[in-house]
Amino acid sequence: MPLWLEVLIKSVILLFVVVTSFAYAMLAERKILGWMQLRPGPNRVGPWGLLQPAADAAKLMLKEDLTPETADPLLYKLAPFISLLTAFSVYAIIPFGASASGQTWAIGNVNAGILLILAIGSLGVYGICLGGWASGSKYPLLGSVRSTAQMISYELAMSLSFVGVLILAGTTSLDGIVNAQARWWFVLPQFVGCIIYVITAVAETNRAPFDLVEAETELVAGFHTEYSGLRFGLFFIAEYVNMLTVSCIATLLFFGGWNAPLHLTFIPGVAWFVIKVACFMFFYMWLRATLPRLRYDRLMAFGWKVLLPLATLNLVVTAIVVAYTG
Amino acid sequence: MASRKHLYNPGAILKGLSITFGFMFRKRPTIPYPSRKKQHSPRFHGLHELRRYADGKERCIGCELCSSVCPANAITVIGAENSPDDRRSPGERYAARYEIDELRCIFCGMCEEACPTDAIVLTPRFEMADYRRGSFIYDKDRLLVPPDAGVGMPPDDRPGGIPGDLGRVAEIKSTTDVDSGYSATWRGEILKTQHEGLAILKKPEAEK
Ligand code: SF4
Ligand code: SF4
Repeated sequence: MPLWLEVLIKSVILLFVVVTSFAYAMLAERKILGWMQLRPGPNRVGPWGLLQPAADAAKLMLKEDLTPETADPLLYKLAPFISLLTAFSVYAIIPFGASASGQTWAIGNVNAGILLILAIGSLGVYGICLGGWASGSKYPLLGSVRSTAQMISYELAMSLSFVGVLILAGTTSLDGIVNAQARWWFVLPQFVGCIIYVITAVAETNRAPFDLVEAETELVAGFHTEYSGLRFGLFFIAEYVNMLTVSCIATLLFFGGWNAPLHLTFIPGVAWFVIKVACFMFFYMWLRATLPRLRYDRLMAFGWKVLLPLATLNLVVTAIVVAYTG
Repeated sequence: MASRKHLYNPGAILKGLSITFGFMFRKRPTIPYPSRKKQHSPRFHGLHELRRYADGKERCIGCELCSSVCPANAITVIGAENSPDDRRSPGERYAARYEIDELRCIFCGMCEEACPTDAIVLTPRFEMADYRRGSFIYDKDRLLVPPDAGVGMPPDDRPGGIPGDLGRVAEIKSTTDVDSGYSATWRGEILKTQHEGLAILKKPEAEK
């Protein structure tokens, strides 16, 4: 089989899987938020509300696609696609499991995988940023300015929390990192790093309690205030796919990827991977149901005065310990 | 400073998380409405109906007491003399037109209390949603129970004051039919004329 065909087939399958999991992550979020607020959540479309994502998609597609008069038409129309494209392209290098012969299940296996993910991930902010700026109205502009500041401040701490893992694993390739966790998961030696990553990941994906970018209380809907119909839908998909991405990365870096815990190897590795990612997704929904939104200056203070020093300290300590124990 | 203390207090955050997690397994008070309906109090005030006597005569004698007592000005009654060969009610007069604007009505039940013949009563029906404002003006055709619907019980005789629902009002007529929809301005004109102190002497067109 020629390489391009193999990659094409893998991409189509993966795209299908990611889009389906997005759809049901959204349904799950609405259900879980409902339950935590003593509501049943969506339950009218199909049995147990299972066809709700299809109904939502149909609704978004049929809605009018508005462009404000003051908007910059090209950037305004392009921005959702930037968000979506960067969100999806990360999946080209995320490995989901390994066959018995050690072959990893991924579209492409890049030896600097973690760096590439960081690079692509930080491009995602352009979608939000340009979308807000090109809308030509106040609230989206404020939202995108916030998003830029927030991304810069939290991306630093996030990258630093990766470095501890990289020092322990001694490699930047994702399957190398997972294989290095065969004995114990990096969440144990890198507990602080893991906490920092989980917090910054919430900020990176603009989820509550760090959803300052779309804070309804003061910014209407933030960067996507002017968007409607399918273009709004694309931003929406990008947000959930990003959530999935950060859950996958957390699983790969700190929770052993597809390694089975306690030698429960009769369940295949892919299943473990999915279970761990699902737990993270649940955690993010749980956070959203629990915590109120932070005030903007506190968010910044928390990022720069707490997370960044802590991440640096964690890095230094890890480096010293690894240097001495070899 | 208080909230800053909470921000850096993981204990508070964990407590919050445990509360929301616990709520997931609580019993939810939601009633899945169209498939299951809430049991209302027997005294619930809903859509009106005009009742009849056992012999099929209308109870309403067109006295307009309900219309004068109504705090929302929702009722319009125009009475007319009974003619000997077509007696609509046992009294001298009957209601030639009788309309209630259910959008104005506050469902207080004063009309029911004022009525000397227990003609107008409030039923427990509450599902009146419709597509046109005009459809909320219920005329006599829709308020009057059909002759074979029985007599029900006058409000004071009901155990615990349970409103009698003869259960037929809503079936009488489709409410969204454009041709038979009622223009919302008709009542307004009447009220204006009454306001100007002009009695409406003209007998309204005969009921169908
Ligand atoms: S229930 Fe009250 S508001 Fe409604 S018509 Fe009767 S008197 Fe008027
Ligand atoms: S419903 Fe009762 S109060 Fe109203 S006009 Fe008829 S008899 Fe009089």
